[in-house]
Amino acid sequence: MTRTSGIGKESSVVNTLSARRRHPLAAFVVLFLALGLIGATYATLGSAKAKAASSAAATPEQLAEGQKLFQSACSSCHGLQAQGVQGSGPSLIGVGAAAVDFQVGTGRMPAMQIGPQVQAKPPVYTQEQIDAMAAYISSLGAGPDVPAADVYTPDLSDQGSVANGGVLFRSNCSQCHNIVGAGGALTDGKFAPPLRQTSEKHIYEAMLTGPQNMPIFGNSVMSPQNKRDIIAYLMHSRTEAGSPGGLDLGSIGPVSEGLFVWTIVLGLLIVIACWIGAHTTKASRARVAHFEATTGKDATNNE
Amino acid sequence: MSTDHLPESVGGAGHGTLTKDAAADDPFKDPGLPEYRPRVTDLDPKAAKRAERQVALLFLISIAGLVGSLFCYTFISNTAVVRVTGLGTVNANNLALGLCLGFAFLAMGSGAIHWARTLMTDVDLVQYRHEMKSDPEATAEAVSEWKQGVADSGFTKYPLIRRSLLTAMLVLPLPAVWLLRDLGPMPKDRLRHTLWAKDQKLINPNTKQPLRAEDITVGTLALANPEQIYSPEQKEEFVDQLAKAAVLVVRLPQNALKGSEEQKKQQWDWSVDGIMAFSKICTHVGCPVALYEQQTHHMLCPCHQSTFDLSDNGRVIFGPAARSLPQLPITVNANGELVAVSDFRQPVGPSFWERG
Amino acid sequence: MSATTAPLTGDKDNEATETKTDPVSRWADERLGLYKGTKSLIRKVFPDHWSFLLGEIALFSFILILLSGVFLTLWFKPSMTEVEYHGSYYPLNGVSMSEAFASTLNISFDVRAGLLMRQVHHWAALIFIMAIMVHSLRIFFTGAFRKPREINWLIGFTLMILGLLEGFAGYSLPDDLLSGTGLRIASGVVLAIPIVGTYLSYFLFGGDFPGHDFIPRLFTIHVLLVPALIVGLVTAHLILVFVQKHTQWAGPGKTNENVVGLPFMPVYMAKAGGFMFVIFGVVFLLAGLVQINPIWVYGPYTPDQISAGSQPDWYIGFLEGSLRMMPNWEWNLWGHTISFNVLIPSLVVPGILFTGYALWPFFEQWVTGDKREHHILDRPRNRPTRTAIGVAGITFYGVLWLGGGNDLIATHFHLSVEALTWTFRVLVFVGPVIAFWCTKRIALGLQRRDKDKILHGRETGIIKVSLDGEFSEVHEPLSAGERYRLTAHEVQKPLELGPATDENGVPRPGGRGLRLRAKASKAMFSDHVETTVEEYKELEAGHGHH
Repeated sequence: MTRTSGIGKESSVVNTLSARRRHPLAAFVVLFLALGLIGATYATLGSAKAKAASSAAATPEQLAEGQKLFQSACSSCHGLQAQGVQGSGPSLIGVGAAAVDFQVGTGRMPAMQIGPQVQAKPPVYTQEQIDAMAAYISSLGAGPDVPAADVYTPDLSDQGSVANGGVLFRSNCSQCHNIVGAGGALTDGKFAPPLRQTSEKHIYEAMLTGPQNMPIFGNSVMSPQNKRDIIAYLMHSRTEAGSPGGLDLGSIGPVSEGLFVWTIVLGLLIVIACWIGAHTTKASRARVAHFEATTGKDATNNE
Repeated sequence: MSTDHLPESVGGAGHGTLTKDAAADDPFKDPGLPEYRPRVTDLDPKAAKRAERQVALLFLISIAGLVGSLFCYTFISNTAVVRVTGLGTVNANNLALGLCLGFAFLAMGSGAIHWARTLMTDVDLVQYRHEMKSDPEATAEAVSEWKQGVADSGFTKYPLIRRSLLTAMLVLPLPAVWLLRDLGPMPKDRLRHTLWAKDQKLINPNTKQPLRAEDITVGTLALANPEQIYSPEQKEEFVDQLAKAAVLVVRLPQNALKGSEEQKKQQWDWSVDGIMAFSKICTHVGCPVALYEQQTHHMLCPCHQSTFDLSDNGRVIFGPAARSLPQLPITVNANGELVAVSDFRQPVGPSFWERG
Repeated sequence: MSATTAPLTGDKDNEATETKTDPVSRWADERLGLYKGTKSLIRKVFPDHWSFLLGEIALFSFILILLSGVFLTLWFKPSMTEVEYHGSYYPLNGVSMSEAFASTLNISFDVRAGLLMRQVHHWAALIFIMAIMVHSLRIFFTGAFRKPREINWLIGFTLMILGLLEGFAGYSLPDDLLSGTGLRIASGVVLAIPIVGTYLSYFLFGGDFPGHDFIPRLFTIHVLLVPALIVGLVTAHLILVFVQKHTQWAGPGKTNENVVGLPFMPVYMAKAGGFMFVIFGVVFLLAGLVQINPIWVYGPYTPDQISAGSQPDWYIGFLEGSLRMMPNWEWNLWGHTISFNVLIPSLVVPGILFTGYALWPFFEQWVTGDKREHHILDRPRNRPTRTAIGVAGITFYGVLWLGGGNDLIATHFHLSVEALTWTFRVLVFVGPVIAFWCTKRIALGLQRRDKDKILHGRETGIIKVSLDGEFSEVHEPLSAGERYRLTAHEVQKPLELGPATDENGVPRPGGRGLRLRAKASKAMFSDHVETTVEEYKELEAGHGHH
């Protein structure tokens, strides 16, 4: 086989088109590699968890540090005195330390982009800085405090707590966050975020403070023990319960099951059907000739 | 066995324009079945032997899988869990049984198919089709037999018998429907009433305690059921009553209310200082609406995305629901507990013919 | 008389020969006439093609559903009596639930292989209905519903509807939060039926929703009534396939008068039997590896709980979508409510879609006026309008289907549910039109490519450069068999009515019906690409003798 080296230079050049073609599966391989890479990147970014720490009594240094941080990072939207700015950020007076710890600790604040809803991202500040800001904000007006570790840490060995948490989760939370906390859609592009990665403390704080459009589940409506039960149920579903039946397909219900059947299963079954329906490969002409030459029989005689 | 009655032209596009005589030099004519070509296993005894061994191996794998499933069933506890990379934490018994039986069946099936493809005949057979229509003799015979039967019955001769029988046949289905009457009670006005009534306390199902006015701050979402639903005499009907009576309790600041002055006044009057109770049952087809956005005061139904604006009398602002979410008028009793003023002033839940 | 329809005749051969048979078969034959009945079936020929196996997927998954279903009934308790759960799944310990749900938990966690069988049952059900639909579409696009197979088309259609019903009934039985929500929606739909809706709902549920009667009633429907109907109709469906013989693709030696393929015994016995086990294998692997409907996380149904992403199994998804994208029209007239927002999407839309689909063979026959038997399959491209209508229908269904998952699409692609719903509201009308137009163009393009192939031969991928530097691809003439395969279809011409009155002034017979038929025929058959023998011969002559 010769190579085309230029138009009209050689008198007659024959080239098969296929010599230039890539392997038909190459595109898929590239696609899979790309998908894998994106997945890995997300996984690494997503796993960066905020360190849990409870706030102690605020020291003057902490308050000063908090004020400094607030003024540099938050005041442009929330106002220099945290009084709120019409159209860009609500007043933070009286929201309490728990709200600050949740918003900054889950990376939602400082908000970076305009959108229907502020989204979680890797936190910008260390826990010490967050504590300082929380202390400063709570010094402006009383509000829910950051819960101590023993308040939000569930006792997974308490089976009753897990069971009660399940009941509470289904009647209070699953309508937005889906049945195992896979998240769900709200109006106008807003959404209830998935809870599969959220730390115990942040779940507790969210129930306590009602961030963004989430309603508040105050202690009088849902006791601290109830909240702890819910956290116990969620942690149990993450770890011990797992998905007994196998791959959970994202735990989003029948839609992913249907999608799975229509793509992978149907594809597989059609491949098998092709295998069954196709005629078996015939012997090559050379083989037939060899057979006829050696045995003297007519290979095409099928009797 | 003649094929004369079959459509003459099933040939190609060009055939239509050709007469039958011209078909001889028709370049599009059917060249007939191609010559038989053998497979390697037809020619080479060694290849056939190899195929035989492969098929047998598949059947042996199948036996191993089936026996393995018995082993797994017996010795792996069905509460044992195992962590498998890529699958997550799964039930060990289920996984093992699925794998054993799955591979056993796969091997059995593919063994049979491989056998058919390599060692069974590969020679195309030709069988001829026959038109489904009965041949004239059969038709004539059947028709005459039938006519004889009809004549013998006297069906045409005695019109009284014929007509009364046909009438009886018409009446026959009626009992089949009539006898189903006791499937359920008459609806009466049951769809119009719930367990809510004057002074029924709003019970928080999370705590089973009455909700108090001070529990509900702006932004809070609380659930409530009528106190009566927990009484022993309601035990039988608990879910049926719950399906109508479940309410949501939220608190709205007065300046958030929308709509005409009259509507705003009514909405405020039915509340306790902004604490309002709305039916939890969607007016579309009855799913519980509970996706409350505390900043926008929107209440969303996750089933079909009907969106209700609680600050505007529960009006529908998006989705297929046609009616506002009914508000339950509430007040506060001497103990500071929230109580209903009356039942809902309109039927809750999905529309129905008699609703009006 | 045809051999296949005459099990009781043609016994002259039997008397003539004395074939030794084993005593058991002889015993049976003397009582059942076994040999007479089966002699023409044993070597019955079936044509080979992967698409002919789609119906088998449905059949074999149905067998698996029956077997696993029997296993489940041994433990399932179809009762709505409230019980407190105390089984091994402790996150539901002490929770009040119906016996139906408690027994499903028991099957999932305490009966060994119970979870496996539940998952086998459910996965096989999803595959069953999918296979029915794909099989049915294969029949539609290849015209295999034409005479004499219209009855079998209707039987198959009925099976599809029964499959949907059976699936929904099964999905509803465990009485978990998801299935209860499905029933709540169903009850809302029943309530919306004018005049009788309220009564119907009270009779179905034995009173208020959810009541205590519905699960036991549904159980009987699910395990007795509908399966019996399905088994009966599947039997009739298969008998008709045997009696009418399978259709085949055109090809050398394969005509409308014959059927070419491999014999039932042994090849299809092994291939079909093998396929059955392969499908069993695939479903068991799925059941072992992939979780389906984890009812324990949904919890027991109570009418005041709900989960985000509450969706039905995929085959009801189009109804869910149609309910979701419907605008909120409702009328109140003379004290009565007509809920178009429920009636149109849940009853009218599927009614039209399915009725149209079921009656298509009769419509097409009316338009073509073709009363002949057809056993050679159409290549979809050669029937561009039918194919385009089919794709338009699939697009319509597909948009409804997507609409049923709009919340999940919204969260996964960060879109707004409202914008998506509006998009689907538009797409449900525009999509089918675009799909129709594109499909028709593609089909005609493919016809043109076939014509090129017939007249100019196959592209070989070999590039020739002439002396003056011109590139051209070498074309290789088609074999006679390939030429036959590509031309072995009729080109349906539109119906020509001729002048309204003949030369004697006598009006043309046939009234409005005929004019309508001519219009439909024109719409369906005006566009076609024809390759005639003359064209071929002319080109052949022009090529010279090189």
